[in-house]
Amino acid sequence: MHIKKFLKPKNFILCSFLFITACIEDAPLDSLSPAGPYARTIDELFWLTFWIAVVIFFIVQGALLFSVFYFKDSPDKPEPKQIHGNNFLEILWTIIPVIILASIAVPTVRTIFDLAREPEDALKIEVIGHQWWFEYKYPDYGITTANVLVIPEDTPIRLEMWSNDVLHNYWVPKLNGKRYLVPGQKTYLNLHADNAEEFWAQCGEYCGLSHSKMRGRVLSMSESDFDAWVINEQKNADNTLSEGSLAYEGQQVYLNAGCTQCHVIGGVWDVQGERIAPNLTHFANRNVFAGAALKNNSENLTKWLANPAELKPGTFMPNLELTEREIEALIEYLGTLK
Amino acid sequence: MTKIIEPKKQRNIFSRPSSEEGVWSWITTVDHKRIGIMYGYAAFFFLLVGGLEALLLRIQLSQPDNNFLSAAEYNAMFTMHGTTMIFLAIMPISAAFFNYLLPLQIGARDVAFPRLNALSFWIFIAGGLFLYSTFLFGTAGAPEGGYLAEEVSRLASAPNGGWFGYQPNAGLKYSPGTAMDYWAIGLQILGIASLVSAFNFITTILNMRTKGMRLMRMPVFTWMTFAVSFLLAFSLPIIAIALFFVTFDRQFGTTFFLTEGGGDPVLWQHLFWLFGHPEVYILILPAFGIVSEVLPTFSRKPLFGYPAIVFAGFGIAFIGFGVWAHHMFASAISPVAQAGFGLSTMIIAVPTGVKIFNWLGTIWGGRLTLNTPMLFALGFIGMFVIGGLSGVTHSVVPADTQQTDTYYIVAHFHYVLFGGALFGIFSGLYFWFPKVWGRMYNETMGKIHFWLMIIGFNLTFGPMHWLGLQGQVRRTWVYAEETNLGFWNLIVTIGAFILAIATLVFMANWIYSRRKGEVAPFDPWDARTIEWSIPSPTPVWNFSNAPEVKSLDDFWHQKYGEDEDGRAVRREGTDELLLQLEEEGLNPKEEIHLPSPSYFPVVMAFGLPFLGYAIIYKSIPLALIGVIMLLIGGFGWGTEPLEEEFESSEEEPESGESKNYE
Repeated sequence: MHIKKFLKPKNFILCSFLFITACIEDAPLDSLSPAGPYARTIDELFWLTFWIAVVIFFIVQGALLFSVFYFKDSPDKPEPKQIHGNNFLEILWTIIPVIILASIAVPTVRTIFDLAREPEDALKIEVIGHQWWFEYKYPDYGITTANVLVIPEDTPIRLEMWSNDVLHNYWVPKLNGKRYLVPGQKTYLNLHADNAEEFWAQCGEYCGLSHSKMRGRVLSMSESDFDAWVINEQKNADNTLSEGSLAYEGQQVYLNAGCTQCHVIGGVWDVQGERIAPNLTHFANRNVFAGAALKNNSENLTKWLANPAELKPGTFMPNLELTEREIEALIEYLGTLK
Repeated sequence: MTKIIEPKKQRNIFSRPSSEEGVWSWITTVDHKRIGIMYGYAAFFFLLVGGLEALLLRIQLSQPDNNFLSAAEYNAMFTMHGTTMIFLAIMPISAAFFNYLLPLQIGARDVAFPRLNALSFWIFIAGGLFLYSTFLFGTAGAPEGGYLAEEVSRLASAPNGGWFGYQPNAGLKYSPGTAMDYWAIGLQILGIASLVSAFNFITTILNMRTKGMRLMRMPVFTWMTFAVSFLLAFSLPIIAIALFFVTFDRQFGTTFFLTEGGGDPVLWQHLFWLFGHPEVYILILPAFGIVSEVLPTFSRKPLFGYPAIVFAGFGIAFIGFGVWAHHMFASAISPVAQAGFGLSTMIIAVPTGVKIFNWLGTIWGGRLTLNTPMLFALGFIGMFVIGGLSGVTHSVVPADTQQTDTYYIVAHFHYVLFGGALFGIFSGLYFWFPKVWGRMYNETMGKIHFWLMIIGFNLTFGPMHWLGLQGQVRRTWVYAEETNLGFWNLIVTIGAFILAIATLVFMANWIYSRRKGEVAPFDPWDARTIEWSIPSPTPVWNFSNAPEVKSLDDFWHQKYGEDEDGRAVRREGTDELLLQLEEEGLNPKEEIHLPSPSYFPVVMAFGLPFLGYAIIYKSIPLALIGVIMLLIGGFGWGTEPLEEEFESSEEEPESGESKNYE
């Protein structure tokens, strides 16, 4: 279906005329700027419905406004005719909506099943929801990461998802619609990005205190870049820091201050504690942290390590009462985790 | 002047209340009109509280990464805003209309069970106060093992799991403290109030209609009350069970919705929305009824397609039970379920459309008086159509997976419940103002109210459509600056404050006109239904003689005939008829027996919150107090006759039905 070409020029009219330049430019979570086949199918279906709705809108509001102005009371108006109804009209305005709805229903049902089907040769990735961050596992490559989902461009991706605590909802607006993450059962979502690009993700379902800060990034990259990324992710962290360096001091903080209760760094500390927190093995390669709510830079890290709950209410990361020196060292160490 | 007979005194646990004026006469009243007025004021109070909560939310969202409220406060505010508006504002305001108008529209002296009616009202008050006492006594905090940088304020000590209370987030582990218990038990109590009144109204409509008031001669508002009562009767037991499950999960360690014990969080969603969707129609159908009265009156034409409107109303109510999973299209349901519920959602648009076209048919060719109630009714059509159309886009399941849980949905249901239900309610408040108070409201202020409201409304909820489509997720305390959503959020907040100003204008008009408004004639609108054939304000006894109804819109047909062109012609002698009606209405010939006031409904109703506290605080003394109050209420009620024995027993009223109280 190439409804898109027919519909898209009107997008301009919509933005400039109907909504009075309402559309927001550069909205990273824009569901109206699809960047892959799944989102595009949905987009086409939406605009089809939208334009039908616009026509009905103008008919009904037109009739309403016309009545208000034309049938408005004035002293010379005679008493109106007492019309009690009209069976023909009743049948007409029952049948016509049915026909219109049927014309939407057919593509709707077809698209529902198209979107649910598992694509062939898809790359499988597991998405696990935690309060308040997304964890990603690549079972084929043995990779565990968080917050940033890395995918190859122009390749179908099959997400297998569940939640570790409450309901979450995975949403990358430019790539597909939403799907819940439910504790105790698995749900599935397909993604497919046309080009190498960075996308925003957001948890859609209210999941407690920091729901609004449960965000994500999806990074699609060329096949070769993705292969290189996989090879790097499969490596352990460098455990041969020179004693006396600031990074080494930071590693000691990581090992001794309590971080290891929850965070794993491959090759340095591999035992997952009771509470699962993001795997930090390649922390420095991710441009965001703390549920993708914060950019990965030393300023944010300083604030975060000083008191995580300040930035993310309800977080399970305690304030470890680190000294300024310890924080500085820790940030230096985290910077080496590439 | 009135001929109400003084009753003999009888002994009971409490002696019969005797005050006819003052606070106690209101507390013990069983008069449907007084109960209706109290419902109205209480609901309006909660509407203001809910509106205030919304303003706090809007201030927080007026700019990105704002810090006006803490996350905990924000979550408590949106939970209480939704819960308040639905259960404590719109539903009881509709109940106010039902109570006041239903007996008048069917020519009855009161509802079928006047004391049950008082019980519903006082349970509603008890439930509302219980829910809001969470701000005094409730506790909330971070999930088990989580940390907060600051102490939980009183403002945040309210339920915070959303009005939809999704599990397991609203469970004990993720929502510790007592706030969510206040929510679950509070809704449980409020549900009892609605259930009781539902059965009362069903019985009233079936049994108390005056002579000649066949079903198909009932005003549409009465029909919609009938439909809503059935919706309440069938949907509230579902939420009652679900809330019991939640309370058991939280209080007694069961695991109905907890995966770790073999429960299923998705089950809660099914149960909640199986109630929650009919609930939407519980909120909107009364407004449908109101505008179906207002539009014909001010168009001076009969309602177009009366049977179609009635059947469409019941069609909507019936299909309304088969669309619940459209709230769950992104949840764990199969493609087959998505397709099925998508189709049923499309089908429900058909009877809704039928109603809208019939309303348009009603005003088409009429002589429209554009006064405040009519403006609100016309505004209702315009705004509701927008909400209906965006609703159709939700039935397109793949599109809905983009829209669900965003501000697009928030826009949609506010167009339905604010632009729809609340506009209809305002229309009704102005329309029946003269009947209730015997005075006219101020038309200029009414029009200012309307225009401020429709501008503020569209400014508030219009931009939410594209905010949602362009990525603003619901229930989010902050949004990042990079999302570029700040500008329109600021506009939305400005719109919200315009709405607040509009509400103040409404209140000023109400307070002023109640005291100083022009004295209203008893039929100021040249109206159609029999409640306008009695004096304003309505006398305590409603109708001096049980009226006999000969057609739909009986009062209109008493006044008007049709000429050969089918145009309305005022009958000769109408002026005399009106004078005679007023004279008769004020001076009943017969002695009138009215149900006597009672303490017991109040006592019984206020026993329930004690049982609620007893569950939360596991306190046997509190439970005992609650049980004792229920017992006193119940036994006292049972042994107290509805009407006191009268000194002199008079002949039966003309219509045998109108005396069959309880």
